Amino acid sequence: MVNTLVSILFDGLAWAMFLFIVSVGLSVTMGLMGFVNLAHGAFAMAGGYLVLTTMSAWGVPFLGALVITFVVVGAASVLFERVLYARLYGAGELDQVLMTIGLTFMAIATYTYFYGPLTHAIRIPDYLAGQLNLGGRSFPAYRVFLIGVGAALIAALWYGFDRTSLGAKIRASVDNRRMAQSVGIDVDLLFTITFAVGSGLAALGGGLAIQLLGLTPNFAIIYLVFFLLVVAVGGSGSLWGTLAGALVLGMADTAGKYLFSDAGTFAIYAVAVLILLLKPAGLYGRE
Amino acid sequence: MDASKSRPAPAGGESTVARAGVADFLVRRSRFRPAEALPWIAAIAAFFIFPSQMVLGGQTLIMILFALSLDLILGYAGIVTLGHAAFFGLGAYGASLLITDLGWSEPVSGLLAGALIAAIAGFLSGWLLLRYRGLAFLVLTLSVTIMLQQLGNLFRDFTGGYDGIPGVNVAPLFGRFDYDIYGHTYYLYCLGVLLIVFYCVRRIVYSPFGQALVGIRENIGRMNALGSPVHWRLVVVYTISAAVAGIAGALFAQTNAFVTLGVFDFDQSAAVLIMLILGGAGWLYGGFIGAALYMVLQNELAKASPEFWQFGIGLLLIGVVLFVRRGTLGRVLNVSRLLQARTQP
Repeated sequence: MVNTLVSILFDGLAWAMFLFIVSVGLSVTMGLMGFVNLAHGAFAMAGGYLVLTTMSAWGVPFLGALVITFVVVGAASVLFERVLYARLYGAGELDQVLMTIGLTFMAIATYTYFYGPLTHAIRIPDYLAGQLNLGGRSFPAYRVFLIGVGAALIAALWYGFDRTSLGAKIRASVDNRRMAQSVGIDVDLLFTITFAVGSGLAALGGGLAIQLLGLTPNFAIIYLVFFLLVVAVGGSGSLWGTLAGALVLGMADTAGKYLFSDAGTFAIYAVAVLILLLKPAGLYGRE
Repeated sequence: MDASKSRPAPAGGESTVARAGVADFLVRRSRFRPAEALPWIAAIAAFFIFPSQMVLGGQTLIMILFALSLDLILGYAGIVTLGHAAFFGLGAYGASLLITDLGWSEPVSGLLAGALIAAIAGFLSGWLLLRYRGLAFLVLTLSVTIMLQQLGNLFRDFTGGYDGIPGVNVAPLFGRFDYDIYGHTYYLYCLGVLLIVFYCVRRIVYSPFGQALVGIRENIGRMNALGSPVHWRLVVVYTISAAVAGIAGALFAQTNAFVTLGVFDFDQSAAVLIMLILGGAGWLYGGFIGAALYMVLQNELAKASPEFWQFGIGLLLIGVVLFVRRGTLGRVLNVSRLLQARTQP
């Protein structure tokens, strides 16, 4: 019983960290511009394939590949943001949904063409592959690593959001974009920066997820639902909201799968729908 | 109908005159125009020109019906949903289980069963969800559809799970017309159903109720302020739309004699949205153009390679959003003017 509980908490935490890493960028861009970006999963998928290629083709070590992926996908996303997304700021959600579905389809088709539809795996370094002994219990080292990365990113993002002038500007713009603009904050530039960082983090999450989930081009759609759920449940534009959403849904999903093997996949949707019915703007969102 | 175009309401005695004018406008607008016969002539012509393609033709008619159901809520009431496949899927399963579990294989009552199940689901989910907007509504509709799919998987003894239900064999139509392998009977069956449903939907759209939906789409705040029962109107149209999608799903199950949980896939919700947008939402005929274009392109391109098709449809979608829906091309290509009544009295 205690064992199951510890396993649920541990696996749930690791899963929540993955959800947080990918979703935080989506949440902030949605909060800033109200942009419904269904192509966010495609950036995560692209990140996964970039990690795969840098490791297998160029022999870059895992951690280095993750850093390269974060930087490259983040930088490349600026191109998409400037050329495509910027045209649809202030447009209806229908246009945003359609354009980003189109982008997702193109991404899936492109990656299927080059990498094939089959599942890819990577060889993670030995020090992440085994079990780790913590307090008399052994845990999979990779999940400990994932939790560590998540915790470090939360700390970094908290510092960036709460303690820097850039973060203050972002928070001000999420609260009231027009007011922020009228006091001279360049919201478009902020959006480009957060979009790049958010896409980079999504790509990083995609790279981290290969070991857990395997990698196929359909990653872009399958897990997109989870990221959207996290953002909606947490409340868009909020760092703590995203974290809360990721924790609640990550735990619910893991607990569901442990406790009710067959009906378990339901848990994440049931919990999310329940929360949204009660709090449509999310846990940390404002009505 | 934005604020700049509205005139102050006429006072006192003029209001009856104004009312008569409005009634007259609504009646005149609802008259059939000659150009509206074109899609139907094309559908019948296709039957004689491409007799070997009638299986594809029947599927296209089904998707037109599905897109029509989405047009009701998206094009007229302005509801953006990511879970319309739920109703299509429920209709398909309703019609299939009626045959395989209850042994009732008369086709038309199968359609009604599909419509009924979808309508009940549409009413319940609409009543619950339509008070939400934006991201919450998108995520809720998406989640509910996935939950239905997983429910189907959970009760796989009953639904066949992802392997599906084989042997959905319907009895001959009206007890007389049996089905041929070329899909000729099915094509005419689908065309007949489409015609009847289309007529009903057209009546709804051109009624005062339909006008109220357009009002909600254009300015929900003002409709609330006018005292219009916005929530109930949305629930009603959502229920009707669900029923039509259910009929499309039931036709799909009957003509394929097979149904799997794939009907609940996000791809299915996305596909119908794309079809409607390709043809244009909010003028009833968008689904005809969009679904025909989509199905023919899919058939041709997917033969070459599924990736080409997926890439192509993505590119087309982005192009449509950037250049047609939000660009000058849309105004140039506004064929809808041919078929759509004047919107100003």
